[in-house]
Amino acid sequence: MKNSIRNRFLYSPQVAPYIFLLPFILTFCVFFAYPVCNTILMSFQKVAGAQSVFRGFKNYQLLMNPIFYKALRHSIFYAIVSVILMIIIPLILATLLNAKATKAKTLFRGIMFIPALTSVVVAGTIFRLMFGELENSFFNQAIALFSHGPIVWLRNSATVWFALFMLCTWRWTGVNMMYYLAGLQQIPKELYESAEVDGANVFQQFFAITLPLLKKTNVYVLTISIYGGMAMFTESYILFNGNSSPNNVGLTVVGYLYRMGWEQNQIGLASATGCILLVIVMGINIIQLICNGTLKKEALK
Amino acid sequence: MRKNKTPIQSTLLVLFFTFVSALILLPLLLLFVSSLRSGNDLMRYGLNFNVDWKSANLNNYRLLFSKETPYFIWYFNSLVLMIIQVAISLFLSAWVGYAFAMYDFKLKTICFTLVLLIMMVPMESIMLPLYRLTIKMGNIDTFQGIVLPFLVVPMLIFFFRQYLSGLPRDFLDAARIDGCNEYRIFFAIMVPLMKPSFAAMGIYQGMTSWNNFLWPMIVLRSSTKITLPVGLAGLISPYGNNYDILIAGSCFAIIPVLILFTLFQSYFIDGMTAGGVKG
Repeated sequence: MKNSIRNRFLYSPQVAPYIFLLPFILTFCVFFAYPVCNTILMSFQKVAGAQSVFRGFKNYQLLMNPIFYKALRHSIFYAIVSVILMIIIPLILATLLNAKATKAKTLFRGIMFIPALTSVVVAGTIFRLMFGELENSFFNQAIALFSHGPIVWLRNSATVWFALFMLCTWRWTGVNMMYYLAGLQQIPKELYESAEVDGANVFQQFFAITLPLLKKTNVYVLTISIYGGMAMFTESYILFNGNSSPNNVGLTVVGYLYRMGWEQNQIGLASATGCILLVIVMGINIIQLICNGTLKKEALK
Repeated sequence: MRKNKTPIQSTLLVLFFTFVSALILLPLLLLFVSSLRSGNDLMRYGLNFNVDWKSANLNNYRLLFSKETPYFIWYFNSLVLMIIQVAISLFLSAWVGYAFAMYDFKLKTICFTLVLLIMMVPMESIMLPLYRLTIKMGNIDTFQGIVLPFLVVPMLIFFFRQYLSGLPRDFLDAARIDGCNEYRIFFAIMVPLMKPSFAAMGIYQGMTSWNNFLWPMIVLRSSTKITLPVGLAGLISPYGNNYDILIAGSCFAIIPVLILFTLFQSYFIDGMTAGGVKG
């Protein structure tokens, strides 16, 4: 009897959705809500062993140091430039690949997607060795063709950025191009036909039809690129074989968090760094979602 | 006039894309060619195309397959982890996504906003408290330590919800009238209907898991438990004494994926770009 009441309860269409939701609610509480609250709390504490002492905004004040600023500047700069690269290059490639005259589309599409299959570790290793400092490494051989002497690529900040953006472009162009191709294929062909009848040239068509109708794709690519850019760590970690780079040229916000949390055992400072990263990325995302109308009530239902 | 224009355009476009493809394949080609050179050479010269073809050999691969390196232990670990993560997260995320797609209930909007919220938060910003939690749970240096925090993947929930929303709800009512309970409806009717999305999402999750680096690096300690990316990253050193295994091992990490990709290209592309603009 008891059994059947329990069964009727569990099997009723009113209760079932919550049973379906249960795994999400559990993991949300344990592995998301708790860590977020924990990190916010710890960012106001001096954490030492089992005892933690509340210390107000001291951690945040301590964060206002030149090295953290440098890390933050690097992450923001990386995010901005990679956003520009990751929108312009894939957009151009997708438009050209989508053109009627292009042959062997599937083949080219496939080849351009290949880098996305490699892990950041493998890709980073390849680029680390291509940007080796001796004159025989690939990029030094390449610039030797233009009679330029060998460069110690991974020491100077300008060349470090070059290496990082090369790596980023190489790995992500194919994926973003696929997003743009999907977006392009949703644009009705008739629009271009009537534009052609009206005498609009290819560039006019691109700016008057293609670009405005790709707004959703643009916003999506923008968001994931900012997100990925602000949280960049592994690329720099592999390129410099660890979290330290000469004069911190490759230090990012996550790298700083890792240094504080794992290498220097400054849990409070690491937590404060985590909170700042969280606020920045969420802020950007929420602005984007509001602009894009995704947070409207109907979309959530 | 028009007839002439198209072939010229085609040729130019094909030439352009051949050039781009060559640029994109170049780093991989360098890697494969270099894997035939001795470790000392690699250490001294880095990657380049100056290969002395007479001395090119497969010694690096022989070393890789010998018992002297833990490479295949890492490979095996990555494979096992990938299978576990794909199986569990696909099932649980489909389970949760089903609730959002097929039911109306009070907390729906709030819960779905929470799903979107998690998607917006970079895991890196909470990796420290997650790490401390993993220590407290005694899961450091274990596979469950890696798998547990990411059992339910918001991205997958979102995708399954989108996919299932496209199916008519009449199914449910018809099945209920026939006496099916809510869970049998899920297993007997919905799961078979979801098969195409399982393929795409399986590839998405599989690639994420196979290439995952940061979290496994933090959680795993012992050299017999680490995964392939963590193991490979550990071989990079300024002294270059392991470059033979590093390069050959990197090649061997890519090759199976490349083979699968050539066979199932469209599944890979669909899966790995599933987050896109369909929503």
